[in-house]
Amino acid sequence: MTTATPATRPARTPSRRRVFWPGRAGHLFVAAYVVLLIAFGVVPTVYAVYFAFTDAGDNFAGFSNFAEAANDFRYFSAVGHVALYLVFWLVSLVVFVVGLALLLHRLTSSGTSKALRFLYYIPGALAGAASVMVWLFMLDPSVSPVSALLRAAGFDTFGEVVAPDHLPVLFTLIAFWTGAGGWIVVMYGALNNISPDLLEAARIDGAGVWQTAWRIQIPLLRKWIVYMVILAFAGGTQLFVEPQLLSQASVGVAGRDYSLNQLSYDFAFQNNNVNTAAAISVELLVVGLVVAGVFVARSGFFDAD
Amino acid sequence: MTVQVRAPGARGSSGRRRRYAGLVVGVAAVLAAVTACGNGGSGSGAQGGFQPVQQTGGKITVWVDSTRLPAAQLYQKQHPSVQMDIVTYDGDANGSNYLQTKVSLFNRTRSGWPDVVFSSQNNEATWAVQAGFTAPLNKGQIPEATLSGWTAGANDPCTVEGTLYCLRNDLAQTVLWYNAPLMQSWGYQVPKTWEEYQALGQRVATEHPGYLVGTAGDNFTPEIYLWASKCGANEITGPKSVKVTTTSPNCTRMASLLDTLVKNRTMSTSSVFSSDFAKNAADKILMMPGPSWFGGSVFQESFKTPAGQVAAAPLPQWAGDPSPSVGNVGGGTWLLSAHSANLKDATDFLTWVTTSDEYQGKVSPGYPAYAAAAKTWLAKQSSSKYYANDIAAPLQAAAPQVWPGWGYGQFSQEAIWASTVTPGLTAGKTIVSMLPEWQTAITNYARSNGYEVSQ
Repeated sequence: MTTATPATRPARTPSRRRVFWPGRAGHLFVAAYVVLLIAFGVVPTVYAVYFAFTDAGDNFAGFSNFAEAANDFRYFSAVGHVALYLVFWLVSLVVFVVGLALLLHRLTSSGTSKALRFLYYIPGALAGAASVMVWLFMLDPSVSPVSALLRAAGFDTFGEVVAPDHLPVLFTLIAFWTGAGGWIVVMYGALNNISPDLLEAARIDGAGVWQTAWRIQIPLLRKWIVYMVILAFAGGTQLFVEPQLLSQASVGVAGRDYSLNQLSYDFAFQNNNVNTAAAISVELLVVGLVVAGVFVARSGFFDAD
Repeated sequence: MTVQVRAPGARGSSGRRRRYAGLVVGVAAVLAAVTACGNGGSGSGAQGGFQPVQQTGGKITVWVDSTRLPAAQLYQKQHPSVQMDIVTYDGDANGSNYLQTKVSLFNRTRSGWPDVVFSSQNNEATWAVQAGFTAPLNKGQIPEATLSGWTAGANDPCTVEGTLYCLRNDLAQTVLWYNAPLMQSWGYQVPKTWEEYQALGQRVATEHPGYLVGTAGDNFTPEIYLWASKCGANEITGPKSVKVTTTSPNCTRMASLLDTLVKNRTMSTSSVFSSDFAKNAADKILMMPGPSWFGGSVFQESFKTPAGQVAAAPLPQWAGDPSPSVGNVGGGTWLLSAHSANLKDATDFLTWVTTSDEYQGKVSPGYPAYAAAAKTWLAKQSSSKYYANDIAAPLQAAAPQVWPGWGYGQFSQEAIWASTVTPGLTAGKTIVSMLPEWQTAITNYARSNGYEVSQ
């Protein structure tokens, strides 16, 4: 090997060329994404922050836009609505996604498992607005294919179904139906990554189905659950499409300022007040980042296994 | 790993959908930041003195809803020399604010405004004037002789501090629609007063249960009943001031009437546009107070009520009230853009579409706001043989009787009623008990839109 030094010198030039831009194909592929991310993610965010701290005349406004949002009579009710929805949405997501993934993983029949995974995935393939429209149809007792169930539950008209008290549950149902299927497939994949030897050892040690799930599988899914909660939380705080469409369909009964994003939209386009609208958007961004930070720090999400 | 990478993307698409909604504001911000030049983009000054942009002629862009599309097409056919770009949009139906949203963005990008726009909402002038979007029409653009042809009070929603900023397309004065053969066979007289109307509703409840004398489930319930009762819930007293009183005797007398009839089930709590109303109640209507367009749009088109059944009568009045008053539900408006580079063609189209007998009198589905066209329209209704009586007299009489004490503010009375009172009504509360809550909601929304509120 010592004699190799002079021999390798002439060969360094081509080697250097390779080192000069290793993996350039990968960079090119990533570059396209980065450009789009900057154009449609970073730049709008930076401008939203700029607007949040300036007034209509582009003067620095401190926190006055945030104060104006907080002083609006709809603000705290919108915060309450979103918070309540998040509780329903996150709890149901974690419980049912993990539960269904575990059940799916236990299915011995490969055909059934594949069919179910496909079935779970279908709603996610529908566009967001289309998914909501499907639910609007389902929730109207006069046209719903499950009208018998709705009537049995005491609902004879669409107005009764979309009563304000029911909205957190309805939005949770719609969001779960639309988004949970993809997560079930994620959890299923994560469960497949757990070593069969580990599960076998647990079984030999006398662990039943429940103990295996509780003590082995769920702890090993922890990072995926955290990942899901972080994204679902960020998506949940930005609740918009569901209440907006429901408001249109219920001719206003559901309220057009139910969520913070709707309130922001109203500020921007009803009151022509982009600065206060941006302040609400920045608040949502900050809350999402803080919650993600807390979850990542507490869960050791970035720790190497 | 394939699954793990792909599936988050799938979930992400759902999350992104929500984020897209949030990004609307962000995109607006980008547009604003890219184009803002320090002098703001909201544009103003149309109120003080109108200065047209440089007139270069060329194509005019017209925005219409699907109902008004035949109007623009007919004009294009009759005026082939005018270059037109006809764009259909939702016409701001159901308070979508599409026009306001787009104008807000166009103001920031300083281009894109349509030359002429139809809107199904009557309160567009309240924001469009402030936004500098609308051109004044009574400062030389349209002759006074033409403008005087509108039914008295029709252009009130378009008038801001004496200047006319839009033209009313149709009127939506309320009358009493009723089933003439049923009324006759049951031996009922058409009520002339609200007291008689309530008494008849109580008779129907016992003699013909299941039949309806109206509905309180629409978001324009306050406009049909409380407006007609001269309830001062929405008195616009200045460009940015409003007087709100929902608990006066004029309000409580009508709210109490509605409660009585809701309780005895002769008044529905469903909307006439809901699927359950069409399915369960459409053939159970004995009477139905409603706007002029109910005859064609609701009874003839939606409910498919057979010809020879539907008749119109004057809206009942409170006993002893010397000045008849009716409510109003809609009636669209046409706006002319202050940014138009071809005001000549745009104004010509605007004048034609609001006054012509060819469209307003013979094609338009609604009662024309332009009085001469209204006569043609009524003659056409009469010749259609659809109605059980001649609806011309009650509709014509009601046209100038719309109570002027109810204004057209920037905030939507319909949306406030829908989110405040309708859910309570569905849950079994009385309207009388919710009047204070309604007042608070109107006050809050008015203040959030910059109005000074007095009570």
